[in-house]
Amino acid sequence: MKILVCVSKTPDTTAKIAFTDGDTKFAEAGVQFIVNPYDEWYALVKALELKEAGLATQVSLITVGLADADPIIRKALAIGGDDSIRVNLDSSDSFSIATQIASVAQQGTYDLVLTGKETIDYNGSSIGGMVAELLDAPYVSLATNLVVDGKMATVTREIEGGEEVAEAALPLVVSCQKGMAEQRIPNMKGIMGARTKPLVVKDPVAVEALTSIYRFELPAAKAGVKLVSADQVEELVRLLHEEAKVI
Amino acid sequence: MVLVFVDCADGVVKKQSYEVLCYGAALARQQGVAAQALVLGTVADAGTLGGLGNFGVTKVHHLEGNALQHFDAQVFAKTIADAVIGLGASVLVLSHTTTGKALAPRLSVRLGAGLVAGAVALPNTDAGFVVKKAVFSGKAFAHVSINTPIKIVSLNPNAFGISKTDNLAEVETTSPQVAAGRVVVKAVNRITGTVPLAEADLVVSGGRGLKGPENWHLVEDLAKEIGAATACSRAVADAHWRPHHEHVGQTGGAVAPNLYFAIGISGAIQHLAGVNRSKTIVVINKDPEAPFFKAADYGIVGDAFEVMPQVIAAVRKLKAGV
Ligand SMILES: Cc1cc2nc3c(=O)[nH]c(=O)nc-3n(C[C@H](O)[C@H](O)[C@H](O)COP(=O)(O)OP(=O)(O)OC[C@H]3O[C@@H](n4cnc5c(N)ncnc54)[C@H](O)[C@@H]3O)c2cc1C
Repeated sequence: MKILVCVSKTPDTTAKIAFTDGDTKFAEAGVQFIVNPYDEWYALVKALELKEAGLATQVSLITVGLADADPIIRKALAIGGDDSIRVNLDSSDSFSIATQIASVAQQGTYDLVLTGKETIDYNGSSIGGMVAELLDAPYVSLATNLVVDGKMATVTREIEGGEEVAEAALPLVVSCQKGMAEQRIPNMKGIMGARTKPLVVKDPVAVEALTSIYRFELPAAKAGVKLVSADQVEELVRLLHEEAKVI
Repeated sequence: MVLVFVDCADGVVKKQSYEVLCYGAALARQQGVAAQALVLGTVADAGTLGGLGNFGVTKVHHLEGNALQHFDAQVFAKTIADAVIGLGASVLVLSHTTTGKALAPRLSVRLGAGLVAGAVALPNTDAGFVVKKAVFSGKAFAHVSINTPIKIVSLNPNAFGISKTDNLAEVETTSPQVAAGRVVVKAVNRITGTVPLAEADLVVSGGRGLKGPENWHLVEDLAKEIGAATACSRAVADAHWRPHHEHVGQTGGAVAPNLYFAIGISGAIQHLAGVNRSKTIVVINKDPEAPFFKAADYGIVGDAFEVMPQVIAAVRKLKAGV
């Protein structure tokens, strides 16, 4: 079984969110970038577990982005994976990105495509579903567990107010979230080894974007907290009832 | 025409679907077109379908068939896409919930339709079709332009609100030929007796400041009193004090309730990312410097073990009307 893991470059979770060029671009200056946590902690580590269990023969990583994404893919390779592909395209349109991933997945005859449940920057939760539709493959979203047995996979996924256990045949696309695996810290050997693992840069296939970002906006600042003294707890409850009208 | 996909669980319309109907109806009014609804699978109560008219749609297309009894993203996406084309809808609206997240991307590809996932407002149609959505895990918004003839919008839960009229919708039930799915559901485990977090209007949440799982009655008693769901910080879920599905924040669930009541949570930036769209935030923390106070609407600087029993008592008094 060959696994393709989608990884994405995102700002660090503590990064200051600001915009430039008339609010049309994310202000990257001084921002540290990381591997999207869902991709790294859940999708990638799950793929490695399947390889360690002797179920997968190859784990490849893919990212869609420009050369500034190379350090991110190396970071991911330090945790594990055999090789990597970067499709040289800068896009914020999910369909354009999914088209590149589906094209690579098809050429490479991967049996399993894993993504994180969403990226922490655009929060689209869309890539996995789009890739599945492009490949005409089944897709299980927001998965918390995955067991592969031969050509069949049993996947547990979150649904509103509970979970669902489902079975599907490979090839399959799965978006991964908490529960799927445990975060791993790269060791020295991994970091050294990552430098020499293959990173193939591919030209994108032609695609027309379906959406474009018009501009960004920061939320309005809060008016400020209304503090109630610890010996006037009833006053807080009164405010919540009469002023905020929430209880 | 604006077509609204109405998501059901076990034949019962989910709460978010009512909100999406209201959003779709408002969008249709804005565009000067009709709003109609699409329901797949058997519904438990015969009156449900016509009653969807209460939320602004004039017609309900109800499709039945064995393959539609259980949710399968591939089967549902194909059926919905066929309906969009067959009915000539120009906008498809659904809810950005677990179902919507499974369907919307497939529909986008199938229909060649631009998707805005996680919309928080009606589109701006002054220059095209531009939809505001939450990005950077709630820390910012993006205005995204959809450039295709058919458009898909999935609405973030609790972003629009629900309003009701007495209108009823015309219902048309058909049984199209639908091929069975390739994902076979083996078991569904629903957590019963509690309010699902994603649907909750009110949320009471606890952090490491509560010292241990044995003190969670302070969270649960208040939640029970006001009918809220319970949540926690990641630190709490990581320590296995609470189940992981309760963890909210950047790497957990995102919530946008009317009330988010945080007890002993510091308000780390990753925690705030999942809760900062809440309408009213209350923070109980003994540290006046806790970052959460900057994001709060109301707060008490104090020891949760002293404050919370008094909060619960005061709420009981309020509910008892004394
Ligand atoms: C990549 C990444 C992703 C993350 N994602 C998330 C996420 O999704 N969600 C999340 O929650 N965290 C997340 N975190 C962790 C986050 O940074 C914090 O560590 C975490 O939220 C802290 O949880 P806490 O507030 O419960 O605990 P602490 O930070 O330990 O805070 C406890 C608070 O309780 C107060 N307190 C103590 N005793 C009392 C008392 N008796 N009465 C009242 N108050 C008291 C303290 O003053 C303190 O403010 C993430 C971190 C990283 C690096």
